[in-house]
Amino acid sequence: MAQTIKGQTGEWEIVIGLEVHAQVLSESKLFSGASTTFGKAPNHNVALVDAALPGMLPVLNEVCVRQAVRSGLGIKAAINLYSVFDRKNYFYADLPQGYQISQLYHPIVGEGELTIDLEEGESRAIGIERIHLEQDAGKSIHDQDPHRSFIDLNRTGVALMEIVSKPDLRGGDEASAYMTKLRSILRYLGTCDGNMEQGSMRADVNVSVRPMGSTELGTRTETKNVNSVRFIRQAVEYEAQRQVELLEGGGQVVQETRLYDPTKGETRSMRSKEEAHDYRYFPDPDLLPLQLDQAFVDAIAADLPELPDEKRARFEASYGLSNYDAGVLVAEKETGDFFEAVAEGRDAKLAANWVMGELFGALNKAGVELSNSPVSADALGGLIEAIGSDTISGRTAKDVFATMFETGKSADTIIDEQGLKQISDEGAIEAALDEIIASNPAQVEKAKENPKLKGWFVGQVMKATGGQANPGVVNKLINEKLG
Amino acid sequence: MSELNRMTIAQARKGMAEGSFSSVELTQSCVNAMDARADLGAFITPTPDAALEAAAEADKKRAAGDQGPLLGIPLGIKDLFCTEGVQTTAASRILQGFRPTYESTVTSNLLRDGAVFLGKLNLDEFAMGSSNTTSYYGNVVNPWQSSEKPDMQLVPGGSSGGSASAVAARLCLGATGTDTGGSIRQPAAFCGITGLKPTYGRCSRWGVVAFASSLDQAGPMARSVEDCALMLGSMAGYDPMDTTSVDTAVPDYTAELGAGVKGLKIGIPREYRVDGMPEEIEKLWMETADRLRAEGAEIVDISLPHTHAALPAYYIVAPAEASSNLARYDGVRYGFRADAPEGLPEFASLEEMYATTRGEGFGQEVQRRIMIGAYVLSAGFYDAYYNKARQVRTLIAQDFASAFEQVDAILTPTTPSPAFGITEEPTGVEMYMNDVFTVPASMAGIPGISVPVGMSKAGLPLGVQVLGKPFEEVGLLRVAQAVETAADFTATPQLMA
Repeated sequence: MAQTIKGQTGEWEIVIGLEVHAQVLSESKLFSGASTTFGKAPNHNVALVDAALPGMLPVLNEVCVRQAVRSGLGIKAAINLYSVFDRKNYFYADLPQGYQISQLYHPIVGEGELTIDLEEGESRAIGIERIHLEQDAGKSIHDQDPHRSFIDLNRTGVALMEIVSKPDLRGGDEASAYMTKLRSILRYLGTCDGNMEQGSMRADVNVSVRPMGSTELGTRTETKNVNSVRFIRQAVEYEAQRQVELLEGGGQVVQETRLYDPTKGETRSMRSKEEAHDYRYFPDPDLLPLQLDQAFVDAIAADLPELPDEKRARFEASYGLSNYDAGVLVAEKETGDFFEAVAEGRDAKLAANWVMGELFGALNKAGVELSNSPVSADALGGLIEAIGSDTISGRTAKDVFATMFETGKSADTIIDEQGLKQISDEGAIEAALDEIIASNPAQVEKAKENPKLKGWFVGQVMKATGGQANPGVVNKLINEKLG
Repeated sequence: MSELNRMTIAQARKGMAEGSFSSVELTQSCVNAMDARADLGAFITPTPDAALEAAAEADKKRAAGDQGPLLGIPLGIKDLFCTEGVQTTAASRILQGFRPTYESTVTSNLLRDGAVFLGKLNLDEFAMGSSNTTSYYGNVVNPWQSSEKPDMQLVPGGSSGGSASAVAARLCLGATGTDTGGSIRQPAAFCGITGLKPTYGRCSRWGVVAFASSLDQAGPMARSVEDCALMLGSMAGYDPMDTTSVDTAVPDYTAELGAGVKGLKIGIPREYRVDGMPEEIEKLWMETADRLRAEGAEIVDISLPHTHAALPAYYIVAPAEASSNLARYDGVRYGFRADAPEGLPEFASLEEMYATTRGEGFGQEVQRRIMIGAYVLSAGFYDAYYNKARQVRTLIAQDFASAFEQVDAILTPTTPSPAFGITEEPTGVEMYMNDVFTVPASMAGIPGISVPVGMSKAGLPLGVQVLGKPFEEVGLLRVAQAVETAADFTATPQLMA
């Protein structure tokens, strides 16, 4: 259900388009050999061309081109075999060239789409307008000196994909679902690490509102550089509400660039259209148009991994998982892989329950990432086998798991060490039962009259076997012998 | 031995190979000439000590058996090429004191082949000009003098004015130039030397301070066609650091020298007969054609119908690219930064620092072109100017492509006038008219060479231009040498060292 705003004059529809900047996973920058490693000392990863020394020229990094094509194929988009790099001209302290190399007129990736997953298994296709490659800017640091600003060019020239959605999103929920899904796909593809807190993915959020039923687009604002899924939702909701109140109060929305303030949860004006730059775009004469051949694209397509939607469908079909469970398990590629390693050759539903239940619970509680889980997929698989083979009961398994999580030991080791192995051997249980029956004739008679008293025998067998007798087998034998 | 500096590169190569003299002697002779003719203002940064050291090194290498194609040959380097550890200014105040930590590909190639660098040559600021009067480091003087006004200092042309003047005055055996709209060919014509603009993409632009990236091309300037061929052999080559350079083998550019023009078709484009062109230029042009006909060439009347649009389109494309290329000069990382306003410790804002630095650091012509460029790229004008100019460019390239289906080379005048006085410098559009014959080839990216063929009434050199097919410099040089031989131009400038 799309979110709407009920204003005083009626219901308003929220129209959102996202421009997501995703940092391309590559060893070196878009047009230079400088490293892209995050967290280096300021100005450590800077080539001569990044610092715009005279006479230096950009050389396109083929890896970044592959990654953009791969991303395009991941959103089922048309790949433009002909694309052109343009210069976007403006002066800023962290932009040494005085222009950003981008792709305005001929982007490398054309129209595609992505399916967002909403509450209650609902999903919706969202159009993607284009993906283009461009350079990131450097970083201005204003808080280290009272009088001076510092510039760090480490990020200058790092490759970004700008992924532009169509104005198809209809609320904060959809906008955040879009970002979540896009991030998931890019991480599956290995084209962006999706680390939003490090700035690897951030969104410019375009919001406008219109009366429900209207087909015209309202005046939009663009909230820049929103860097978390939660903030995207908040920015949309704040901004849409603000616009509705403005319009209902007889005012007008000004087309402008805004900033999101996460501490206050609000957006505020950054610059208006009148102050907007004239970027004087033109084709970068240092770079020839990029001409790809179809074989290059086909080779990348052939190498595409299974993506979340396909994996989800497969999990439902081949493991019999529910749509919801499959969705949870495929959201992160690591989770899906982990699950499959646990489920391989074992009870898949049991595997899903254990991964999403005990394991996620324990990881969450301990604040540990799946990649650092003290219980490996193999180890969890071992535990599930122990349950499946009736070596331990489901109840015992929870205790074993807790010990596994704590110690990193395997289920078998813990079962052995603690002597938890369940006795399912009918002969052994029958021998114990026979002995109890033989030495308690009075109890036998009572139990034959009142079946409720059979429980006493169960307790005695358990006692005699140190609690390890398989309760099912014990019950079955007691029923047989005491009628 | 006192006139070693007057030798051609070919002669000097032979002399050193035969052991008649050393590179140190040759280089010393050039250094002496540079001292003697410092008044020409040809050098911004002479490097005589480094040159003599390099010459001694070259002599050692030769003794050890090295026979590098330019081993021990003293050359001047236009101060648009970045040279490691040696100040590189582009003749602008804004790059004052800038010492690159890197060597341009073209100069690296020359060093690889043994060349000795005498220093950095003056030019128009950022290569913008046709008179070498826009340099922050002073005007360059043409070593030729007019018989009509012998006291008047003449311009050497531009932008490679220092290169042309130095080669003509025998301060160096050859020099590097760069040509964006005629910056090699026009000064070569004004100074009575030979200058070749190769096909766009033939020489790497890596490490050359950019003016207009889609047009800039490095080339040799020397005192003979053969010398240009020798220098180009070293300068040219594919460079993975410049993706606009073309990955095609570097041939032996001297291969067809001396083969003559018998059987070749030479085109005379009728559109190059422009209004107001002096009769003496028209006459020399036709005489040259006649001489080639006499050598067995067929002279063909051809049409290049879009010629008239080349100059206006050029003055959109080149400033547009320049306005963007020159954005990096902001006073932050290298070169000149303006002082804060009198009495204030610092600028009020970053923008004020940029504006003041660029206002004081760039000369008038550079500022004019930045403004023209920013204007033609601005929203609402882009299609009318820049895109239209690009379309014109395509038409001009098509003109040449169809002409070359009929002819092997095209012959035109290089300039519409001989060198003029520094004080009678034309302004604005009139100045831009200097490039009217050279700009079309630049816009099409094809190679062109200016060869001195005669004298004006006032005793000033005049050149003709030969244009060739893309990447067929071998054939172009062959025709150019036939022009050279037929003209037998032997006059020397008055202010020669």
